[in-house]
Amino acid sequence: MLTRLMRSLLFSLALSPLWAGAQSPRLRVPATVDTLPNGLTLIVHEDHSVPTVATNVWYLVGSGDEKVGRTGFAHLFEHVMFMGSQHAPYPEFDTRLEASGSSNNGTTDEDRTAYYEWGPSNALPLMLWLEADRMGWLLPTMDQAKLDAQRDIVKNERRQGVENQPYGISGDLIPPALYPKGHPYSWNVIGSMADLSAASLDDVKGFFRTYYAPNNAVIVVAGAVKTDSVRRAVRRMFSDIPRGPSITRPTPAPFTVRDTVMVAEDRVQVPRVYMSWHGVKSMHADEAALDLVAYLLTGARNMRLTNTMVYQDEVATGVTAYNGSKKLDGDFNLFATARPGKNLNELRQTIDREIARLAAEGPTARELQQARNAIEAGFLNRLESVNAKADRLQSYYFATGKPDGFQDELDRYQRVSADDIKRVVNTYLKGPRVLLSIVPMGKKELAATREAIQ
Amino acid sequence: MIRQSLVAGLLLVGAPFSVTSAQAFDRTKAPKPGKPARLVVPPVTTTILPNGVTLKVVEQHELPLVQVMADIDGGVRLDGSHPGMATFMAGLMDDGAGSRDAAALQAEVAYLGASLSTGASWDGFTVALKVPVRSSGPALDLMADVLMRPSFSATEVRRQRDLRLANTRQLRDRPESVAGLAFNQAVFPEGHPYHRATGGDSASTASMDSARVRAFYNGAVRPERTTIIVVGDITVAQARSAITQRFGSWRTSGEPLATPVISTPATVRTSSRVFLVDKPDAAQSVINIGWPGVDRRSTDYAALMVMNTILGGSFTSRLNMNLREAKGYSYGARSGFTFRRAPGPFVASASVRTNVTDSSLVEFFTELRRMRDVRVPADEVERAKNYLELQLPGDLESTTDVAGQVADLQTYGLSLGELPRFAAAVRLVTPADVQRVARKYLTPDQATVVVVGDLAKVRAGIDALKLGESEVWDVARVVK
Repeated sequence: MLTRLMRSLLFSLALSPLWAGAQSPRLRVPATVDTLPNGLTLIVHEDHSVPTVATNVWYLVGSGDEKVGRTGFAHLFEHVMFMGSQHAPYPEFDTRLEASGSSNNGTTDEDRTAYYEWGPSNALPLMLWLEADRMGWLLPTMDQAKLDAQRDIVKNERRQGVENQPYGISGDLIPPALYPKGHPYSWNVIGSMADLSAASLDDVKGFFRTYYAPNNAVIVVAGAVKTDSVRRAVRRMFSDIPRGPSITRPTPAPFTVRDTVMVAEDRVQVPRVYMSWHGVKSMHADEAALDLVAYLLTGARNMRLTNTMVYQDEVATGVTAYNGSKKLDGDFNLFATARPGKNLNELRQTIDREIARLAAEGPTARELQQARNAIEAGFLNRLESVNAKADRLQSYYFATGKPDGFQDELDRYQRVSADDIKRVVNTYLKGPRVLLSIVPMGKKELAATREAIQ
Repeated sequence: MIRQSLVAGLLLVGAPFSVTSAQAFDRTKAPKPGKPARLVVPPVTTTILPNGVTLKVVEQHELPLVQVMADIDGGVRLDGSHPGMATFMAGLMDDGAGSRDAAALQAEVAYLGASLSTGASWDGFTVALKVPVRSSGPALDLMADVLMRPSFSATEVRRQRDLRLANTRQLRDRPESVAGLAFNQAVFPEGHPYHRATGGDSASTASMDSARVRAFYNGAVRPERTTIIVVGDITVAQARSAITQRFGSWRTSGEPLATPVISTPATVRTSSRVFLVDKPDAAQSVINIGWPGVDRRSTDYAALMVMNTILGGSFTSRLNMNLREAKGYSYGARSGFTFRRAPGPFVASASVRTNVTDSSLVEFFTELRRMRDVRVPADEVERAKNYLELQLPGDLESTTDVAGQVADLQTYGLSLGELPRFAAAVRLVTPADVQRVARKYLTPDQATVVVVGDLAKVRAGIDALKLGESEVWDVARVVK
């Protein structure tokens, strides 16, 4: 079924300068949704093209739910989830999966914590059993040593990704400058070393009891499976895990970004400039337009900033823009690395000029269609992987309560007009922003300033 | 207590669910996975066009997508006296071709909903196109321009040359890159092709110009060296017609570039040697330990893969479980054999906290020696064998996966049929085999050890281990 419908969709992709509209067949990725009495949601999608399966469990808790003084805790907790549970003691989570030919991982962001397993489809019962055991029986074997072990590993992860990476400090500096103090998105997901040190065993227990409950979790199973047998297995393994308490979510107050200029020195060869603006939350009416703006600025060699800065003026080695829409709010971000000998004010001037031009003139019809087609093609290519499909089903369900949001997402991009692009650039990218320069040690004179030097 | 009362509550609202099965479930025993699906390798249809281009087609009709991958035998091993030329030339192939410049070409590709990339590995060049089947015609026209009519304009060559010079300089900021470059320079002596970075150095980059790039292209990218792999929603007949129409009349003139003979052997040490690169104030030290590796066509390949999976090739491998999980020194430790036409290196590596650099080295050597000295328990061998064998179907999931496997295997004269043969060979590996290949291919007493870190803090501890003679290399010597 998927094949036939997608074929029609893709046929219309390249040839239509404008979306075919109502007569175009709808893209469907059929998925069932069940909610168990304890609140656990199960989503199943069948794809029998290869004998593999992806299991994907989201707990609806992220760094945005952390308390002041415990930044990085949601991600630290993700690590602790691999330290064994009552019926699958450490390190059986990993050894049993590997023995079945499966792999696994976990990720944490501001809004959710995700756990994945993927492997041959006959390993599904094992994957579900392991996930059920740590959802229901993590605490009986939890102790200080397990927490301490993962705390050390997470600190090493931070060293590898922040302290020992050129420009790595940007992830510490931008969120607190962009979001007001106490806002759930005002700290780095990985947290600070001091807060990681402060996390206690009681924190682990409290966090588990609050957030790691079936009513705060969604399981997606995608792959060469039979929906009914997945439903039966999940009911058997998860039904006796008790529902958790109701959760109080953060409700940050509206805010305006304070225009901020920052300079940091780092052991780098060439300077890099970062800019961040206040954007929109996910599923906001302007989210798709901002995604397209990111493409129109840096998505391809002919796009505005890449073409000007890397190809025409040759002031940068690279420039990247991306829209970060999250559950509660969002940001739009950009960074550009200078060619040796270039001052970041030169880069800043070019960026300001191109943003002003896009705001005034909008994109050409051809540019806009290229952006739509490129975004859609990337999106469709990802449907080849059951892992990526499972992740999309989770995202759509999280944002809209409906897992099969594929066609709706495509529609959102198609509906964006050139006027929308002009409007969102004017609305979001001409307001106050955070301007961060990271320069080589002792080279503060290379930093960008609030007022460009003419 | 609480759990029980909540479960009792479920009974009332849980009408659609079978409660008896929930009660009957015995979670003290892990479910035994059923029989795994047999590894099915798709058929590959091979055609050789009159001009020497080989066409390999795999039909895969799940999604209306096509992956087209031109794999040209050659690559960095053709660099000869011009380090970095292969990757530089390959990178330029889509920076203008046919009638379009770099920006116009990518604009057209993206407009068609396609993606196109070019590159060079040690043993080949690749031009890869992924495209919805509906726009595969015009996209293949663009790919044909890129493969057969790249511009190498003076403007673009100069621009990419300057970008590469800037990027080379930035490599000095990345300790993992510095460690890798230093390691290759130490394991493969000057004169051996693997001594050099695939990206060359600043001096060779500075001498790149349009004429040199074109001459290299003319000698290296030729129909008789090209295999075009087509995977996706297209029939063999359609693929044959589409490829023949565009690539069937491709002719080249002039002399083909020959692969330089490797006259300098890799460094085989009589004792271990330590190379240190300073990175002041580094939070971590990057460690690379290794030696010259093994031929991909070795009859020991399956046993070697099992052995490395146990040592450092999986999450539960000994290096990771020791340095990451038990000691907390690192975010991850690993090992691997790199395969190229000639044997690449074996390397075990990790980024470790600065103040445990010496202790980490001790653990690396403990694990390397233990693989040789102590027979691995049967259950640990069994787990590694299962992991290697049972993940194979997942390696053939997407059109890009399949094309990549075909290209990778043909580097060594192998076909997709190698995958089930490998699976069968893995089944036969015994703990004795694992120990035998560990003794043969792990040589911790003749190791090259590279550490990139804050030498003021870590050097004394490293010297005290007496691993071998040590010397300090300046980062400017490593990243030239």
